[in-house]
Amino acid sequence: MAVTTYSGAEQYNFDIVKKFAVMSLVWAVIGMFVGVYIASELAWPFLNFDNPYISFGRFRPVHTTTVIFGFGGSALFATSYYVVQRTCQTRLISDGMASFTFWGWMAIIFLADISYMLGYTQSREYAEMEWPIDILIEVVWVTYLILFVGTIMRRKQPHIYVANWFYLAFILATALLHTFNNLAMPINLFSMKSYSLFAGTQDAMTQWWYGHNAVGFFLTAAFLGMMYYFVPKQAGRPIYSYRLSIVHFWALGFMYMWVGAHHLHWTALPDWTSSLAAAFSILLLMPSWGGMINGIMTLSGAWDKLRTDPVMRFMIVALSFYGMSTFEGPMMSLKEVNALSHYTDWTVGHVHSGALGWVAMISFGSLYHMMPKLWDTKIYSQKMVEWHFWLATIGIVLYIVAMWISGITQGLMWRAFDEFGNLQYSFVESVAAMHPFYAMRAIGGMFFLTGAVLMTYNMFMTIRQGKREAAALEAKLAAKMARA
Amino acid sequence: MEWLIWFSKPENTKPLALIIFFVTFIGILIYAYGSKTRSEKLESYRDIPFLDDEEGTKDKQ
Repeated sequence: MAVTTYSGAEQYNFDIVKKFAVMSLVWAVIGMFVGVYIASELAWPFLNFDNPYISFGRFRPVHTTTVIFGFGGSALFATSYYVVQRTCQTRLISDGMASFTFWGWMAIIFLADISYMLGYTQSREYAEMEWPIDILIEVVWVTYLILFVGTIMRRKQPHIYVANWFYLAFILATALLHTFNNLAMPINLFSMKSYSLFAGTQDAMTQWWYGHNAVGFFLTAAFLGMMYYFVPKQAGRPIYSYRLSIVHFWALGFMYMWVGAHHLHWTALPDWTSSLAAAFSILLLMPSWGGMINGIMTLSGAWDKLRTDPVMRFMIVALSFYGMSTFEGPMMSLKEVNALSHYTDWTVGHVHSGALGWVAMISFGSLYHMMPKLWDTKIYSQKMVEWHFWLATIGIVLYIVAMWISGITQGLMWRAFDEFGNLQYSFVESVAAMHPFYAMRAIGGMFFLTGAVLMTYNMFMTIRQGKREAAALEAKLAAKMARA
Repeated sequence: MEWLIWFSKPENTKPLALIIFFVTFIGILIYAYGSKTRSEKLESYRDIPFLDDEEGTKDKQ
């Protein structure tokens, strides 16, 4: 195996990693604030203020786009650029291309958010951006792919570390998904409005092939890449089993592609299609748990770190939520369970146990590990990391418990019949029954947002501390040179 | 080109796909766990994240 001595930041392009890491936190705060706001609108509708720009329908994609692509996407750009350079022991092939991906990605999130508030949407979940923004995404993403593959190709380390496999699968799959899900015809060259090339059931099928693979490759495979690098680094121990990671990678990549149709049970979709998707969803439990076990067992023999290291705690709790939501998902994909859970808040709770519990927690843990190293300093306040951990964990628990109760209640109320065979409850009665749980969910979100704000402040102070230390060192060196 | 029609029938392609995917999966398992020498080589890649550290692995397994 080739061994290259780490010769400091000049060897690598860390400037781009820093930019993405900082913006990841900025988008986290904005996106989570909008999330809390729309959750509050559902609990206290006066918050709509009869203003169309901030109504739930327009603000909801602002929330999802900002947290998934703004926060999650920026964290992935940052960590993938960091991991690929350090594990291949080479610099990114082009600083200009890296810079282009940064400014392009920031423009995409900004333009998407503004366009949603103005009422422009494709009405495709997690892909609401209209066609001009889609084209910009395509260009940025292909640049990202060239940059990532090019860097791997000029690696000094003969083996490509498994984290890079996951990142590469995510980049390739996202390119494929984005392209085919967004095939559309604009009504004219100067209009934002376009129509999908697909219609009816095919359109729904394409949308959910995209939708679930966005979960599988953007929100899972990529963050597993993060996990395979940062969990061993933070634990100071190599991953539990490299061979298991190989089986994990191929099984996960193969199975995820088939499961999208489980979002369309009991619809016009052919029955066999959704049954096939359900079967693959159940099979998916095995690679998912294989990966979770691989991550958690990395700590085998050093469990005390869970007590002493709050950053490690973020990572292990993230893996535990990953295990929990990848059990819940296959269960919800069973047609009988889905008949109760579909269209209810249970789905919303499930998504958030994955998004907050897994995606956000592993990102927080990785950023806490990486950011002080980037600025060559220590975390400003460990106490704040502890506070963040508990605020985030309590927030998630409040959120998902509220959604479990309200979701199952909704499902049961919608299917209840009286002795004459009429529906027992009107829809509005089910809405009224949800009120306490909507308030509880909003409060859970507030906890989570407070934690994110605390982290942003902590990282801001860490960066300032790092800059001060660097300036002091430079002044000391200059003084020494002047004396000599 | 008559033989291509065989592939147009789901009752043929479904078991064929099953065989291809299953054999591939078994192949990956054999690759990962089948040979002691290869296993040792694969497991040595676990250390890659620590190779460019100034301090190296602190407490490796």
